Amino acid sequence: MSAKTWIPTPARPAPANTVGFVGWARENLFATKLDSALTLVCAALIIYLLDVVFGWAIVDASFSGEDRNACLKQVQGACWPFIDAKLGQFIYGRYPEMERWRVDWVFALGLIGLVPLLMPKVGFKRANVIFMLGFYPLFAFFMLTGGRFGLAPVDTSDWGGLLVTLVVAVTGIVGSLPLGILLALGRRSELPIVRALCVGFIEIFRGVPLITVLFMASVMLPLFLPDGVNFDKLMRCLIGVALFASAYMAEVVRGGLQAIPKGQYEAAAALGLGYWKTTRLIILPQALKLVIPGIVNTFIGLFKDTTLVLIVGLFDLLGIVQLHFTDSTWATPETHITGYAFAAFVFWVFCFAMSRYSIFMEKHLSTDPNQ
Amino acid sequence: MTDPVIRISDMNKWFGTFHVLRDINLQVAAGEKIVICGPSGSGKSTLIRCLNRLEQHQEGIIEVEGVSLDGSSKNLESIRSNVGMVFQQFNLFPHMSVLENCTLAPIWVKQKTKQEAEALARQFLERVRIPDQADKYPGQLSGGQQQRVAIARALCMNPDIMLFDEPTSALDPEMIKEVLDVMVELAEDGMTMLCVTHEMGFARQVADRVIFMDEGEIVEENEPEAFFSNPQNERTKMFLSQVLSH
Repeated sequence: MSAKTWIPTPARPAPANTVGFVGWARENLFATKLDSALTLVCAALIIYLLDVVFGWAIVDASFSGEDRNACLKQVQGACWPFIDAKLGQFIYGRYPEMERWRVDWVFALGLIGLVPLLMPKVGFKRANVIFMLGFYPLFAFFMLTGGRFGLAPVDTSDWGGLLVTLVVAVTGIVGSLPLGILLALGRRSELPIVRALCVGFIEIFRGVPLITVLFMASVMLPLFLPDGVNFDKLMRCLIGVALFASAYMAEVVRGGLQAIPKGQYEAAAALGLGYWKTTRLIILPQALKLVIPGIVNTFIGLFKDTTLVLIVGLFDLLGIVQLHFTDSTWATPETHITGYAFAAFVFWVFCFAMSRYSIFMEKHLSTDPNQ
Repeated sequence: MTDPVIRISDMNKWFGTFHVLRDINLQVAAGEKIVICGPSGSGKSTLIRCLNRLEQHQEGIIEVEGVSLDGSSKNLESIRSNVGMVFQQFNLFPHMSVLENCTLAPIWVKQKTKQEAEALARQFLERVRIPDQADKYPGQLSGGQQQRVAIARALCMNPDIMLFDEPTSALDPEMIKEVLDVMVELAEDGMTMLCVTHEMGFARQVADRVIFMDEGEIVEENEPEAFFSNPQNERTKMFLSQVLSH
């Protein structure tokens, strides 16, 4: 019997009305009568909302002026001159104007260090991490607080606005991730005392509102400290926020740890790797990658929770915006909403950036060809 | 006879109250190839997993190359770096490339330099016939290729003994042969091997001894020829008639 040569049937192009924009619209927007109706209703809604927002923020808005008179028009839109006049306050709070360059330097150096760190293709990661975790915090600390190297001291009670928001958020983020990882590992530990301590910590901090933690940190804690021992209120809030966030982080990370198959631990053990090497090289890289969405979710929550420091008398961005509503120079019907819109927009920019970066990292780190 | 590299005497193990291994006595000489078979739940995987303490035995003595598995972490470390293991589910590290999978333990456990470890890894990847896949991730490989990487990864530690825990059971039929071929070559090179498998052809071809387990006991052990042609025990006969019937 002679073998036949098998020739596969050649592929044919797909029908024209199933590909391209027409095909996409047909499938996704107008597949059924109900789909078509929903598409039209939603399109109308989107157009209406855009019209409202655009009209308020641009068309009817005031853009320049020195005081409230600029914003008292017949048709009222956003009062942007208010933001313009107060921008310095919103960014720096009551940080002395002569010293604001120090804050600018801290912002600028932070950006210079952070951007290449976030870009996977840029090298020198080790040096960059050492710079950001070793040098930069010291630099920021001495620059912002002053009192050394010929810099005038600036009390933290004068800090405010975006500066406070970023200081609290960044310390919370940088502190909560490693602490959360340790707590998650501790919660899965085979040592009962370590486990009990971690479970206790996590459950206590998750079980109380952040406001309570902040109150404890700012009002109660000094009562327990010996006389003369006192540390800065902002510092106490930073610790409170970091501990609070780490409890949430621990549970997110634990979710990732539980998703790692037992076989990974066994393979590592069979190769002679001990607990810490296995954890660091095999388990955490996989577990953290799995829970990137949850980690970033916690970061975003933390970022927005910074507004609660207002409760203990620190003025973050939102707090300082609200504070300036009382300024009679700018008392207009649109001041409040403009201020809130501005604060909301700033928060949104940061949170959205984190969200997009998380999606980018998930894709970048994926080694699974089926995703 | 030279001293055995593995000596198990009167070993017992329980999972909770379930007596999973009963009075196991086994000695394995250097270079010997042992195939362990038996119905599922008979304790054969547990037995070889006790040899590098992925499972802990509760009674009796296990010595590997003269070092006792007694819970001392120093002993365990030395045994694990001399005993390679290949799993049914491959258990490659999915976040690392094939090459990184192979160089990880030599670098972190044996303190080799990256260059040394990579040279060694490439040599073993050549040997399992996938040198060109070194930079891919496990998820991009077929099951047979993944299992051959797993073998190469274990070999990179230069083990004296290799444990195989049903290495072909999770593979598509087309891929079983490529893995068995690598294992046969390894056997021909003189590696001491303990292999839990249902591949009776492999057992006939390679094994010095075949061990049949049931209910946590070693029921019968013999040279493959005698084991297959003339099983002594009733239980063995029944098992063989099941697995060899087609």
